[in-house]
Amino acid sequence: MNAVLKLLLEGEPLDAAQLAQILALPQAEVDAQLAALKNEGVFLGWRAVLNPSFDEDKVVRALIEVKVRPEGGFGYDHIAERISRFEQVETCYLLSGAFDLLVMVKDQNLRKVAAFVHERLAKIEGVQSTATCFMLRAYKEQGYVLNNGRIDPDKPVVSP
Amino acid sequence: MDDSSRFVARHVQGLPKSGIRDFFAIVSQMRDAISLGIGEPDFITPYAIRDAAIQALEKGKTSYTDNRGLKSLRDAISGYVEQNYRVSYNPETEIVTTIGVSEALDMVLRAVLNPGDKVLYHEPCYVSYSPSIKLCHAEAIAVQTSAREKFALTATALRAAWQPGCKALLLNFPTNPTGGTASRELLAEIAAFAQEKDLLVLSDEIYSELTFDGAHTSIASLPGMRERTIFLHGFSKAFAMTGFRVGYACGPAGVIDALLKIHQYAIMCAPIASQEAAVEALLHGRDAMLHMRDKYRERRDLIVRRFNELGLPCHLPRGAFYAFPDISPTGLDSLSFAQQLLQAQKVAMVPGTAFGPGGAGFCRASFSTSYENIIQAGDRIGRFLDARQKTTA
Repeated sequence: MNAVLKLLLEGEPLDAAQLAQILALPQAEVDAQLAALKNEGVFLGWRAVLNPSFDEDKVVRALIEVKVRPEGGFGYDHIAERISRFEQVETCYLLSGAFDLLVMVKDQNLRKVAAFVHERLAKIEGVQSTATCFMLRAYKEQGYVLNNGRIDPDKPVVSP
Repeated sequence: MDDSSRFVARHVQGLPKSGIRDFFAIVSQMRDAISLGIGEPDFITPYAIRDAAIQALEKGKTSYTDNRGLKSLRDAISGYVEQNYRVSYNPETEIVTTIGVSEALDMVLRAVLNPGDKVLYHEPCYVSYSPSIKLCHAEAIAVQTSAREKFALTATALRAAWQPGCKALLLNFPTNPTGGTASRELLAEIAAFAQEKDLLVLSDEIYSELTFDGAHTSIASLPGMRERTIFLHGFSKAFAMTGFRVGYACGPAGVIDALLKIHQYAIMCAPIASQEAAVEALLHGRDAMLHMRDKYRERRDLIVRRFNELGLPCHLPRGAFYAFPDISPTGLDSLSFAQQLLQAQKVAMVPGTAFGPGGAGFCRASFSTSYENIIQAGDRIGRFLDARQKTTA
């Protein structure tokens, strides 16, 4: 695997200069590799991973299970791409199993999510049914176990 | 007034306090310090291993175990050691599970040493070797290794240090604090010497999985050595299980029986939940262990390069997770360097002299920490050196 990509995936908060130092490469080379990864559509961008409880008073999150009727010649792609264009949709996956698309949405309140489901999603041609599950609490977020990151004050800072 | 120290035995009164302890007190009070002084993995124990301990407790496994340790653990140890170190031990008679390698080493020293016996060990080394020998009323004979020879122990140095009355030779490869390893050829020379002088070899292999370049060889696997070697190992470093406190000693039944007598009176057994976790580590922990080893190797390459760029010559440690840079170009001794760096830039490194006089002119920097800490520590050390250069110019 590309060394820059491998380091990115490890999830330490490193900027391009730090990546360069670790990999013993000129920073220009790291910048070029990052640009190439972006061009290839592999590296999509930087984004902070926040604890969802940070904005839970202002935001609701929901997972929507969507059953769709595949279009002849396009399968699921057109419908899934159309759903993905809505700003409130954070993630959209095609799955095997009892339903077809898993759509993760975020909006300001329950009413807005509900409006999105019945006014937008349900009206898309080919969407047969939806089941909306509201997120109640997060325990692990993108690899981070929540409420588990405190430094243990009992761990010695110097030891033999 | 507390004058209870009058009750303390003379040989204990004579032991120095660990040089690391004072340092620990300062660093722990300091906010924003970056510690390169940590002698344990920064990883949390892989969850499957922790889960094995949790499951053991949930099933109500809260009892003592056989003094030797769980049969399932001894079987797993026997298989693991045979597969990875090419030496075979009978789980019924030749393996004892202990509270970390520290207990295993203490027990074997107590089992074999008579007052006045002498034990050879190589310095710089882990801080407890010499005190553990002295606690047995025995004499600790240090064999100095030097930076010139990349801290490798040679048969020549051993021969020069040997004295009549030497009974045992204590080895630790890879070595804390130097990261030194021993090639098969070098071990063969040491083995020949041990046979010539009829020495019992105590081999502390705690860092052996964390060998980055080439394969690790245990001296116990060399011809004629199994019967005069006690193989000491544990789970703390390779599987990030320091807090579980599990280790083991393997060796010929005669010595293991003697060790077991002390272990059963002094300790009884290692904690059962920790033993269950250890079984999981040996049977299924290899991938997690290899992942951690790869991380240490990458961090090693970074920290060693950084020290060399900063003008503090640093050899490439072939094992363990410590860099041992030469700080003598600063004109400071090890302790002054560590103290001044800590005060000026809040970076903690352990003075090399904490590991014996042979560590003079060096400091130990653990790379068991994040890239970010290593990079920041490097920047701070750079500032410290620049400021010194300006004031001394």
